[in-house]
Amino acid sequence: MSLADHRLWRDPACRLGMKDMAAVAPGMAAWGVVTGVAMVKGGLPLGVALLMAVTVYSAGAQLAAMPLMLAGAPWPVIWLTAGCVNLRFVIFSLQMRPHMMVLRKPWRVLAGYLTADLSYVLTHQRYGQGPPAGPERLEPLAYFCGVALVNWASWNVAIVLGIAFASVIPTDWGLGFAGTLALLGLLVTLIQDRFSLFTVALAAGAAVAAFALPFKLHIVVSVAAAVTAALMMDRWRRTQVQEAG
Amino acid sequence: MWRDLVDHPDLVVAVIGLAAVSALTRSFFFLSDRPWRLPALVERGMRYAPLAALAAVVAPDVLLTQGLWEPTWRDARWYAAAAAAGYAAWRRDMLGTIAVGMAVLLPLKLGLGW
Repeated sequence: MSLADHRLWRDPACRLGMKDMAAVAPGMAAWGVVTGVAMVKGGLPLGVALLMAVTVYSAGAQLAAMPLMLAGAPWPVIWLTAGCVNLRFVIFSLQMRPHMMVLRKPWRVLAGYLTADLSYVLTHQRYGQGPPAGPERLEPLAYFCGVALVNWASWNVAIVLGIAFASVIPTDWGLGFAGTLALLGLLVTLIQDRFSLFTVALAAGAAVAAFALPFKLHIVVSVAAAVTAALMMDRWRRTQVQEAG
Repeated sequence: MWRDLVDHPDLVVAVIGLAAVSALTRSFFFLSDRPWRLPALVERGMRYAPLAALAAVVAPDVLLTQGLWEPTWRDARWYAAAAAAGYAAWRRDMLGTIAVGMAVLLPLKLGLGW
């Protein structure tokens, strides 16, 4: 199956994914603009900044690679750094895998490329606990397609605008914080019970404590803390049930 | 603009490699066709991973100042984040959340210089 398959784009879940992503997109667009401005102000030649913006599709990797590129670091160093910054996506791909296997390999790679943070968060949050996508159940993949398309399109428009108008867009008044607020809003709506609230508090604490780590590894630490907490809560609940029984 | 690309072939190769890194890291575990499933225990443990990833991006942005923990009452971001979180919990409306947060942030930051 391919990502261009009409069944995916006609599925109502695709529209839903577009709608869910569109709700957060303004905040992400603010981040995109800020990233574009940062790339030009950092000193990347305009053409290179534009090429990077529309091909790399990873703000973290772009901002980490930029100083290395400008310093003339060897390619493997630049790529390895980006790989480390993107380590969290390797974990995400583990969870996205069941939904993607219905696609042929080249399309899977394209789908992977499009799995930015929010494409993963929204899709996995909605369909992570249910049965995976399959030939008879395209809903999760259709939803992903909707999310990924809006995410990709709005991000690219925003970052190109940021690059084009870098000299006139002021960013020191807190434009970038709009992106943080959008994710905070999403986070609040995803907290459903005290267990998820506890996990979020723990993950936030772990991320702050581990923030000094290089390569955005604090995100990986935070996810690891959340996995540990989830397994411990399961165990605790099991013993509660046993004691009650 | 095209000249930039011709003048900096080394940067162009670096960028193409970075795009490949994006694709390969994000599709890492679905590159192979071999059928396998995640152990149920791991799958269950990872149910909060999306929440944790979001929290890990948001929390340092709100709580840390240039990467350091230097709490002060005069931090516009704290009030903005609290107002935005409250509004999000109440109305579940993302655009409104951004608007409320920025409406708190800007007067404190630009007006009071927090």
